[in-house]
Amino acid sequence: MTDEVSGNRLNAWYDLFSRGARDWLRHNEKVRDAVRAHLPQVVAGADVLSRGHSTVRVPVRMLEHYRFRLRAPDQVEGVGQGAAKPGDRIETGADPAQGSGRGTGGDEDGGVQYTLEFQVDDIVDWLWEEMQLPNLENRAGQARDDDWTREGWDRRGARSRLDRRRSLKESIKRQAVNQDSPTFTDEDLRYRQLAKREQPATQAVVFLVLDVSASMGEEHRKLAKSFFFWAVQGLRRQYRQLEVVFIAHTTEAWEFAEEEFFRVTGSGGTFMSSALALARSVADERYSPSQYNLYLFYASDGENSPSDSAATDVALKELLGDLQYCGFLEVGSGGEGGPSSDIGKLFLQLAADGQPTAAYRAAKADDIWGAVRHFFGQQQAA
Amino acid sequence: MSDGWRSYLARIEDLARGAGLDYHPVEFEAVPDSMMMEIAIYGLPVRMPHWSFGVRYIYRLVQHRMGLSRLFEVVFPGNPGRAYLARNNSDAENVLVTAHVLGHADFSSCNLLFRRSAAQVGQQIVEQAATHARQIGEAIEAHGAERVEAVLDAALALEQHVNIDAVLARPRYPDEGQKTTPSDDDTFIRRFRTLGPDVAPAPATLAPVPRPQTPPHPERDLLWFIAQYGPELEPWERDIFLAVRAESFYFYPVFACQIMNEGWASYWHARLLREAEFLPPQDYVDAIKCHSDVVRPTGQGERASLDINPYHLGFSLWERIVAEHGVEYARRVMEQNDDFAFIRGYLTSEAATELNLFRYKGPARGPYQVQEEDLDALHEALLKPKFSFGAPTVAVDRLRVDGTLELVHDHATDGRGLDHERSARVLDYLVKIWRRPIVLASVDGEGRTLQLTANPA
Repeated sequence: MTDEVSGNRLNAWYDLFSRGARDWLRHNEKVRDAVRAHLPQVVAGADVLSRGHSTVRVPVRMLEHYRFRLRAPDQVEGVGQGAAKPGDRIETGADPAQGSGRGTGGDEDGGVQYTLEFQVDDIVDWLWEEMQLPNLENRAGQARDDDWTREGWDRRGARSRLDRRRSLKESIKRQAVNQDSPTFTDEDLRYRQLAKREQPATQAVVFLVLDVSASMGEEHRKLAKSFFFWAVQGLRRQYRQLEVVFIAHTTEAWEFAEEEFFRVTGSGGTFMSSALALARSVADERYSPSQYNLYLFYASDGENSPSDSAATDVALKELLGDLQYCGFLEVGSGGEGGPSSDIGKLFLQLAADGQPTAAYRAAKADDIWGAVRHFFGQQQAA
Repeated sequence: MSDGWRSYLARIEDLARGAGLDYHPVEFEAVPDSMMMEIAIYGLPVRMPHWSFGVRYIYRLVQHRMGLSRLFEVVFPGNPGRAYLARNNSDAENVLVTAHVLGHADFSSCNLLFRRSAAQVGQQIVEQAATHARQIGEAIEAHGAERVEAVLDAALALEQHVNIDAVLARPRYPDEGQKTTPSDDDTFIRRFRTLGPDVAPAPATLAPVPRPQTPPHPERDLLWFIAQYGPELEPWERDIFLAVRAESFYFYPVFACQIMNEGWASYWHARLLREAEFLPPQDYVDAIKCHSDVVRPTGQGERASLDINPYHLGFSLWERIVAEHGVEYARRVMEQNDDFAFIRGYLTSEAATELNLFRYKGPARGPYQVQEEDLDALHEALLKPKFSFGAPTVAVDRLRVDGTLELVHDHATDGRGLDHERSARVLDYLVKIWRRPIVLASVDGEGRTLQLTANPA
């Protein structure tokens, strides 16, 4: 040992350094694992929706390496130094020296908070893994896309498609055979070729439909919002291009931009059919079912106006013909069990008839995961 | 960094030897700030990896960025001793730091506690710790990072739970049960058996010897006990426990002599500086300024501090001892004491008054009240955090036949029970290595018995 290190002992050690940073990274890894174990709770309140936010910041605590310690004392006793006489009162808040200085090394409190940034994509991957959700499947034979794909190489082609790595390989091969030949010749160049192939459509549109009638409170909207966020993330896993259409409705329906969508408040009754009709016309105008996979998620307390139920029934059944999937999230503050509203029952009925629909009831933030699992787990079967 | 201070090194060493300092040679090395910080966090230049050091690293980094802490030197006792100086120390600072390091080297070469530790752990702790780190690296390769981390979680959590009064290479308890059944190979026994029945006493009259209990007495060296008696401990896991224990043996004198040691080094850097006539005036003034920053009793602009600065306390006490009894006497005090004896014996009421030390008490969240003068109480309040390596007194009470480990906390000595939550987590670490149930008895806030149990998964 001594012989080995005596000559250049310290230089060899320097290579081992930055151990503090290495151990800190290991700590963060452990924190990440811990966060991951409680992912649904941690990100239930995530305040993001659009592509613009690719990360979620999660406040975490530093981990503590536990040791045997005495209970925190009711009375503390210590020795100080300075101008103080018996009977003086010392306010603790005013003393900047008070802190972690006391005690032995390794005594730090685990109370420090900091934030870790998580990639939304990672979170979604973890969630899917955790909940063992299947990847979505396109409905066979439906939407198709013509697209150019790379296929093979040729000695001629557009300059922009020159494959440098492959060309270099060719040059090396040739020089290996013939030592005296020039470094590069035109013969070495290889160009990527494109071919037109028909592919299943990789674009989709999701209609997020929110009931903003008077009966939908702040809590309800929040539930709807986090559900929509994760539903959209789930779809993004599958589709290269996902368009989102935001529709809010009372007795009428409007399309909104994302920023305004969750701030909309309406008053009056609930006509679900109005939203379905709007979705229908948007789909017809902009998202032809032959080009797009269509999804619709509807969040409401489910108290549809009785006078609208016949119209809703018809509109929904008609729209379902073009939808890959249609989910209903019944948000309610109390009660147990499954969906119990009229719309909930309608969805359940349709699901029983073999339609690609589902309904789920969510009363609190934690239920969102149940909802995601329910909807995305089911689409496999659908 | 300019190496100007190196030209003074030989002359400072001459001064030190002349003043009677008696130390093993010291190798000096100037290192970057980041490395200083890591040495301070790990306690050793190369030490085993563990995530908890990462947490300390970040705390330290934050403090450092805020300008709250500055490290001038770290010194490791041994033969040769090793001193690391921060590369961005000025020359004047380094003159002071060099003298300070020699004071530490003198202390660790002469103090009996340090000498005892060196005799057991060896004079090459820096290399040993690096070897431990390498062995653990090998264990990670052989058994995976997760398993090794679980062992380190447990072993490092018990870092302070060693019995430094015992020897480092401590054997298992003598098994008294075996002595009662003499082996057949014994010539005496064989000869004895050939004798007639009228001579041999009936063996049945021997009273059955009760199997000795393990441990025969409450055992507070938890690292040793688990390493020796862990029911299913693998050899490499045992090695890690023993490595952590060896490092603890090394750390103990540093911990138990902090006030004396820092005071001693500060005394000598101040004294050698006064005698260093070869220094240019400006360097001398800078160095003295640095000295007064180090041994300042309270933070800048503070009227009273709730902590004491060990440099200042130790420095002042050594100055008094030398003034009163001379250097030779002070050297003997330095050799034969640790902080407990030093504070109790030499922090007199005059010294306490002169240093403006006061004792305070109060509810945990404050406000505190300054107490009447009481020298004994002052000593004990000062020393309380240092008892048994600064950890609660937890001991192995009994090893049950089924392998269950019974731990007991001596709450009467410590004055109150254990922190419930943390102790439960520590048991969680331990049970992964012990692999049999563990129970721990302590008391709760009302003085009722509190029993914690951990079962292997």
